[in-house]
This record gives sequence, C-alpha cells and structure tokens, in this order.
Amino acid sequence: MNENNAIELKNITKRFGQVVANDKVCLSLKKGEILSILGENGSGKTTLMNMISGIYYPDEGQILIHGKEVTIRSPKDSFDLGIGMIHQHFKLVDVLTAAENIILGLPGKEILDRKAVNDKINELTGKYGFDLDPDQKIYRMSVSQKQTVEIVKMLYRGVDILILDEPTAVLTPQEADRLFAVLRNMKKAGHSIIIITHKLNEVLSLSDRVAVLRKGQYIGTIETKDATEESLTEMMVGKKVSLNIERPDPVNPKERLNVKGLTCISREGVKTLSNASFTANSGEILGIAGVAGSGQRELLEAIAGLVPSAEGSISYYPPEGGEKELTSMTAAEIARIGVRLSFVPEDRLGMGLVGAMDMTDNMMLRSYRKGRPFFADRKAPKGLAERLIAELEIATPGTSVPVRKLSGGNVQKVLVGREISLAPAVMLVAYPVRGLDIHSSYTIYHLLNEQKKQGTAVVCVGEDLDVLMELCDRILVMCGGEISGIVDGRTATKEEIGKLMMKTGGTQG
Amino acid sequence: MGFLVIFIQKVIGQGIGILYGALGEILTEKSGNLNLGIPGMMYMGGIAGLIGAFLYENNTAQPNGLVGVIISFLCAFLCAALGGLIYSILTITLRANQNVTGLALTTFGVGFGNFFGGSLSKLAGGVGQISVAVTGAAFKTPVPGLSKLGVIGQAFFSYGFLTYLAIILAILLSFFLNKTRKGLNLRAVGESPSTADAAGIHVTAYRYLATCIGGGLSGLGGLYFVMEYSGGTWTNNGFGDRGWLAIALVIFALWKPVNAIWGSLLFGGLYILYLYIPGLSRSTQEIFKALPYVVTIVVLIITSLRKEREHQPPASLGRAYFREER
Repeated sequence: MNENNAIELKNITKRFGQVVANDKVCLSLKKGEILSILGENGSGKTTLMNMISGIYYPDEGQILIHGKEVTIRSPKDSFDLGIGMIHQHFKLVDVLTAAENIILGLPGKEILDRKAVNDKINELTGKYGFDLDPDQKIYRMSVSQKQTVEIVKMLYRGVDILILDEPTAVLTPQEADRLFAVLRNMKKAGHSIIIITHKLNEVLSLSDRVAVLRKGQYIGTIETKDATEESLTEMMVGKKVSLNIERPDPVNPKERLNVKGLTCISREGVKTLSNASFTANSGEILGIAGVAGSGQRELLEAIAGLVPSAEGSISYYPPEGGEKELTSMTAAEIARIGVRLSFVPEDRLGMGLVGAMDMTDNMMLRSYRKGRPFFADRKAPKGLAERLIAELEIATPGTSVPVRKLSGGNVQKVLVGREISLAPAVMLVAYPVRGLDIHSSYTIYHLLNEQKKQGTAVVCVGEDLDVLMELCDRILVMCGGEISGIVDGRTATKEEIGKLMMKTGGTQG
Repeated sequence: MGFLVIFIQKVIGQGIGILYGALGEILTEKSGNLNLGIPGMMYMGGIAGLIGAFLYENNTAQPNGLVGVIISFLCAFLCAALGGLIYSILTITLRANQNVTGLALTTFGVGFGNFFGGSLSKLAGGVGQISVAVTGAAFKTPVPGLSKLGVIGQAFFSYGFLTYLAIILAILLSFFLNKTRKGLNLRAVGESPSTADAAGIHVTAYRYLATCIGGGLSGLGGLYFVMEYSGGTWTNNGFGDRGWLAIALVIFALWKPVNAIWGSLLFGGLYILYLYIPGLSRSTQEIFKALPYVVTIVVLIITSLRKEREHQPPASLGRAYFREER
C-alpha cells in the first residue's frame, strides 16, 4: 500500500468470453503526475481504464484509490471517488449550452442561477487557461471546444484524477498543444492525470512516466526521461511471434488496381486520407497495417465506391485486358460496368450482412438484380447458401435462420463466402479475423489464400502485425491518413513496421 | 363587434382543449416518449371526469359545484394519467415500440370513452339524459366582475377556470423546462438518455413521471371539452380528431409551451373557419377543417429546411433506452 499513489491496480484481469482483454495488469498512478498508457489497438488500454471509471467490473484483482481498496460498480461510484474519465465519444447534450451540460444532474437550488454557475465556470477556466463560453450551445462547438466542456465538467464536479482516452485523436496539432498546456496547469494544481495514447511524441512531451500494454499484458512502466521513441516502439510491438500461416508465392502477378494520389475529406472537413498511391496485383495479398483510424477504412471505402474521394484516381485493369476508371463511381456503378469487386467490411452485421435476414436473403443482396423482372430468383441464392454451409463448415441450423443468431466466426464465413462466390478480381477485406477464435481465423486465412491462388488481388486491412507479416506478400503501412511506407512481407521486421506506424522512421517507399 | 366577440369565443372554445393535449404531449415528448395515445387519453380523461361528476351529483341530495369540480378534475387527471402509466410500462419497462403502443392506446382510449359514455347514458335513462347540471355550471362560471366589462369582458373573461388554467400551465411548463434543474434534467433525458444516465439522472423515473403527468394534463383537455364546451354531456366520438390536432400542435409549436398558446388559438380559428365562409357544401367544409394539418406540414417543411437544432424534436424521441448499450 502506498499513500503516494492516486491509483494502484493489482493483478487486474478482465475476460470477454474467451478473449483475455487484460491479464494480471499492475499499474500505479502517483499523485500529481501525468502517466501515459501506451499500446496498440486491442492492447487493452481502454478496457483497463473502463474498469477504473466503472463501466466494466474486473474479473480478478484489486483497485486502490489513494491507498484504500475500493469497489467500483458504476460510473457514479467512480465519480464519488473523484475519478473522471473523458471518452473518445463525448457525453454531452447537443442542444444545451456548455454551462447546462456542466451542471447536468448536479444537486442544488431548484431554480437555476445561471449567473452563479457561469461565474464558477469562468473562475475554473481562468485558473487552468481554458477558452470557453459557458452560454455557447454544444452543437455550435468544434470538437476541441466540446472536449474542453468535458474537462471543465469534471473539474466543476471536483474530480482530482482525470483519465483521457486518446484525447488528441480528434484535435489539430495546435489544439493538442493547447490541451497539453491545460493538462500541465492541472498537474501543477495537484491533479493526477492518465492519458491513453498511441502517439509517441505526445508521450515524450507530456508525461512523467509511461506504462506500456501489449495484447492485454502489462509490459512495464518507465520514466519518460529515460525513454526514446525506439525503446517505446519496441516495448509496444514486441518480438515477432511465429504463427505458421501458409503463404504461397504469387503466380504471375499483374497490376490489377492502381490508386494515385487518393484523398478523402470527411463531412466535418477533416482530411481522413491524403495522397494515397499504391498498386494491388493479381495473385497477391496486400496487407494494410496501422493503428486504427489512420485512414484504412476510408481507403477501402473510397475504392469500393462507398465514400466520395476529393482528389486522385483509381484505375482498374481487368484480367481480360484494358483499363477502367473507377474514380468517383458509386458501388452500383462499379458493379454495372462489370467490375468484380468484393468488399468485406469491418462492420459485418451493419454493412456486410443484414442481421435479421436469413442466409438466403443475405446471399440475394448480391444477386437480386439477376432473375426475371419483378420476381426475385430465390433458388440460386438458396443453393449458394447451402453450398457455403457445406464447404465452409458454417455451424447453423439451416439457411432460414437469421444470420445474427450465428457466432462471430460463422457470420464472417457467411460474408466472406458470399463475396468469394462472385469470383472477384479484386477483394477488399477489413479486419477479417477480428473477434474470431483461432480455428475460424485459420479458415479465413485459408480462404484468402485460395483467392490469391486463383489470381484475385486481395487487399487485407489487419491489426495484428504477426498475422499480416505471415499472410501478406506486401504490407502497406498507414499513419495519420497517409501511406508511410510499403514493405515486403517476407523480409520486413516488426520494428521496421512499428516505426512506420508511428512515423518515427522510414520514408515513402 | 358582436360578430368578432362570438368568433373569439368560438376560437378559444376550440383552442383550449387542444392546448391541454399539446401541453401534455410536450411534457411527454421532452422525456423522449412519443405518446401517440394522447387522443385516446383525452377521451379517457373526458369520460372519467363526467362519470365522477355524474355519480357525485346522483348520490348527493344537495350537490355542491366546487366539490363536483374537484371530483371530476381529479377523475379526469388520474384516469388519463393511468393511460400514461400503461404507455410507460409498455414502452419504458417492457420496451415495446412507442408508435405501436401509442396508436393502440388511442384506439383503446376512444373505445373506453364511448363504452363508458354509453353505459352512463343507460344509467341516466337514455341518450342525452346525462345531467351534471351543478358541476357543469361550476365549470362554466366566468371570472367574477371582469366578465361584466362589456365587450372586453365577453371576449376575454367569460370563460370557466379551465381556460385560464391552461394558459397558466403553459407558462409554468415553459418556466419548468427552461429555468429549473429538474426541467434541465428532463430535457437531457429526452435528448440523450445515456448522457443523462452518466450524469447520475434517473432516466426511467423521469420518463415515467413526465409521461404520466403529461397524460394527466391531456386528460384535462377531454374534461374541458365535456364540461365547458359541451356543457356536461357525452356524445360518442364527440371529441372528434382534436387529439390529433393536439399532436400536430406540438410540432407546430416547435416543442415550446408558450408557442402552443397562440398556436392553439390559430388552430382553433382555422378549425372553425368554414363556418364563416359562405356557400360551402358539406364536403368542401372538410377541406377547411384540414387547414391546421396543412399549416403543420408547412411548418415541418420550413423547420426541416432551416435545420436549426433548437427547432428539432428531442433527439432520442421515440427510442427506448438500453443502459447496456453504453
């Protein structure tokens, strides 16, 4: 027991089904320090913090706050202990003002004294150097202003331990600098702060100590002054693990897809993908690595015709020869000109399949245009569904069971099976094995390899570097919406890819 | 002058019942519940108030007007609030679909009113025989003194207390929503229940209370119609589609109680406009009766085009709240 620790975690373990999100994690936050928690996506950072803020309850282990063992069962418990967590998705009511959001749910005089509330908010913002108008409505605010409201809300409620989940993910560099200035002021005033991040430069410039997690395991905590970008990257990605995934050599690879200078701008006006150029070849698996939100999703969706691209071009070279321009086409237009493009989105039951419909109906989503006018052909899709069940060993009572009742692995087999049945020339897959058990994962690797052998150009976004390095022929690495490098899957080292993901080395290749 | 006074009186007579329904629905919708059962609950309130007054007067030798008013007022409020409770249990606790539940409740409420209205007529000895003379008169008592002030008195002070209560309630509701902590909490519940929940607000309790009290308020609209507009009688389906007008008025008023006051007068005026247009046949009258809905649609189009967040319905309107989804 250490009185100087604001938070102390002892052997915290949390499982979701068979997946261990946190395995015996021990961690401490000293009073009045800024601690960074560093790790790749899926390393268990957010899960760990959610247990401190009362969203999850740990399966094993103890949590000590200010030296006392506590039980945190709800966000309110956490709040009463003086802990405030700021999530990536803000919990604010859009049509209310900043002040109204800040006092929401607090006890006090029944008739609101807006002036007194505003005075107290202005006092806080002045003290820590925030820029905030208490009477401004949330929906008129920028993301960074909303974040300010969240932080002031915590301070207003007397929080002394603040946890921020990837606070700079949505900020411009200038806004991030301003946030850091405020956090330093708060530290000076005695607050203890945890920031979850995967950006090394932030870790080095802001925090006193860094704790590193990798795949749910606690790797260690080091003083920031002793850390370098190289040492942190190594702690984050770790040593290579052998998985024995088959990787046949590409046979007669030919250029199938050529993307030049592709740029996407989100509805909020943020550049989500900038100047991406690469080629995808037939008979080859091109992996895409990068921390989540680096532009992978936009890249795939822009090619598939689901989001408009602002600049750049996409050219498709059919196996039978010639060239087709896919730039700015919608998915329907791409299908109409006869390009066999398959897409396995990361959101399987949202974008890929309709959960409430059965397998046959889901097969028809790809084939409903066939058949006679007006009447849909159900026989062929039903046959396809039956064939997939047999060939891919899909565990389901029958073709008429809604697909959402299947397990994650079987849902993915249905989706991948349907997309493969189109005999695609280009196949885009996003996180194909996320949430799947080992056996299903290997089935999916096998299916992708089968496509590769048949001459499909496979583009596969993944999060597990070990898998990408054994499955893919080439690996394209993304960082902050840009392609930071393309490496050979057979020869690249994990450190090399890790650095490209963190943009700490390497050049456009 | 006399013509204008009568017009004003008729407009107010039409508008107040709608105003009660709209106030109840605004309170309900602010919690995120889209209660389409309001038209039915207004029937429930009306018949319950009438039954209460009838039984009281029939079982008392010397009925007192004030007691009759209190009894029928409570019966109307509680019976319609019961409708709100049924709706709350189904949609909040059992998470039934809000639209389906609301529409079912309207069908139920209209049937409930007509069924007990028929029973009451039988008890009273035949159709049109229901008499709650003392209570009815008490409801229609105009403002003492002021109502004698010539034209002004006739136009503005010749109504029973329910008329003035509706306007006071609208102002109070507006004050509650905008100036009090509980009102702020309620708005947060209707906008973003998960945010409200995280802030320590009891979402379920707020939804139940707002829906039940809102239901009770709308029941007073039925009571107003039965007691003041029809003078204490019951006709099957007599209330017509005024309940739907109340729901249209909520949209027209952009969920603001004070807007609902003048909106109800506008709707009332449009609703009886056909009486003042010469040479209308029965079928063309109906076109004029549809005017309030046309106006509502126009307002909907304009507000959708302007996209101002203040003028939109509560963001979580119509959606059940699952805590587990957090």
